[in-house]
Amino acid sequence: MNIPDNLHYTSDHEWVSIEGDLATVGITDHAQEELSDVVFVELPSVGQAVGSGDEVGTVESVKAASPIYSPLGGEITAINTELEGDPSVINSSPYEEGWIFKIRLEDAGDLDDLLDATSYEDLIS
Amino acid sequence: MSRELKETPLREVHLELGAKLVGFAGWEMPIRYGSILEEHQSVRQAAGIFDISHMGHLHVEGAGSSEWLNRMLTNNVDKLSDGEAQYTFLLNEEGGVIDDLILYRLEETSFLLVVNAARVAEAFAWMRANKIKEEIDLTDQSAEMAGMAVQGPLVAEVYSRIMGGRTLPRRNEVDIFEIEGHRLTVCRTGYTGEDGFELFCRAGVGSYWFRRALEDGARACGLGARDTLRLEMCYPLNGSDLSPERTPLESGLGFFVDLEKEDFVGREVLLAQKSEGLSEVLTPLVCLESGPPIRPGCKVFAPDGQELGRLTSGTLSPSVGVGIGMAYLPCDIAQVGTAVSVEVRGRMIPAEVSKKPFYKKA
Repeated sequence: MNIPDNLHYTSDHEWVSIEGDLATVGITDHAQEELSDVVFVELPSVGQAVGSGDEVGTVESVKAASPIYSPLGGEITAINTELEGDPSVINSSPYEEGWIFKIRLEDAGDLDDLLDATSYEDLIS
Repeated sequence: MSRELKETPLREVHLELGAKLVGFAGWEMPIRYGSILEEHQSVRQAAGIFDISHMGHLHVEGAGSSEWLNRMLTNNVDKLSDGEAQYTFLLNEEGGVIDDLILYRLEETSFLLVVNAARVAEAFAWMRANKIKEEIDLTDQSAEMAGMAVQGPLVAEVYSRIMGGRTLPRRNEVDIFEIEGHRLTVCRTGYTGEDGFELFCRAGVGSYWFRRALEDGARACGLGARDTLRLEMCYPLNGSDLSPERTPLESGLGFFVDLEKEDFVGREVLLAQKSEGLSEVLTPLVCLESGPPIRPGCKVFAPDGQELGRLTSGTLSPSVGVGIGMAYLPCDIAQVGTAVSVEVRGRMIPAEVSKKPFYKKA
């Protein structure tokens, strides 16, 4: 199971990469493995204001639909439209090409709720 | 995972293969080993193997068995010769489906019924309650058996390799034989739309034969692929598409009901439905554009916004690449090409009534 050290995680099996006040969000290797073949992704909208924990989209496999939550509050600044054409990128590259959306952070305090790689590994083991 | 779930005799092999196990019809079953899409394609293009040990085995034996089964089941038992099988229904007094099953005539007075896992107890109880003759012996052998379905265009070769050159029985026929000291029942039947066979043996030797099929070229497939494969063929799933509140005529499966034969349980209701006409029928729907997968429970709407019903089955078809599903819809809507829409999370997905099946071999 791939859990990169440089990322932050949530108990909803999402990862967060922070650069300044900009965060990139996706689902973890464990989550894509549990879902198996991702066949559809419903993305949030650019410009959308979201609160921490809001449901902002959906990742669907053959058998199940799974909500995507925003781990942080702020404004959505980018979405990965490549996923609309080929959602299986989430399976093949969950931490790189399979990123889902970027968000401009409103409150850096939200970061305190995220897990580090070790805590996330404990959570799923 | 609930401790009350029954374990299949093939569990050890599933765990070795890294299967993801889920609860289904009271059993802990593999839903997939890896990718459902790949498992699906292996059955469409080569050969896949499914654990079907959860299915029930009812045995009927004794003088008068065929007359009694003709009273209990919708299809005509008299059409079977020794070693032949037919798809048929066990109905309640209201004509509703208790179970859909395969009936095998082993000998003139010996029959095997392979029934759905979730309905074994109910089917057995219903049949026992309606048993007319003491001399007919009805037994439930489900717990003693392992079963596997090997399906796909290459199964004839796979079978020949497993069985040392033996050839498959003909379609809908059964072969019972001893090999390597084991008694096997092999039927040329399936639930995927591909050529295939189902093999039943004693529970204790199930893993051995499952492994043999894997070694000889079949890929392990779970219930996830089984569901997408059967839905592409419009094969109904009992408990979803079939129910005690719906007759086989409403399910579009009148072909397996012989209304001409002597009385059988539910016949009066079916005759009345036939003369008065149905109000709703199980209708295949295909989405006209890509979008979120449609799933059981999704609402179906007419173009004028009227709600028509809900999907009893629905998935993204791995072979066709769009959403497919079935719903009980009014007969005037259930005409091929009629436009409807299917609601997914508030979004209307354009769809139309499809021909059966959704998938046809090229």
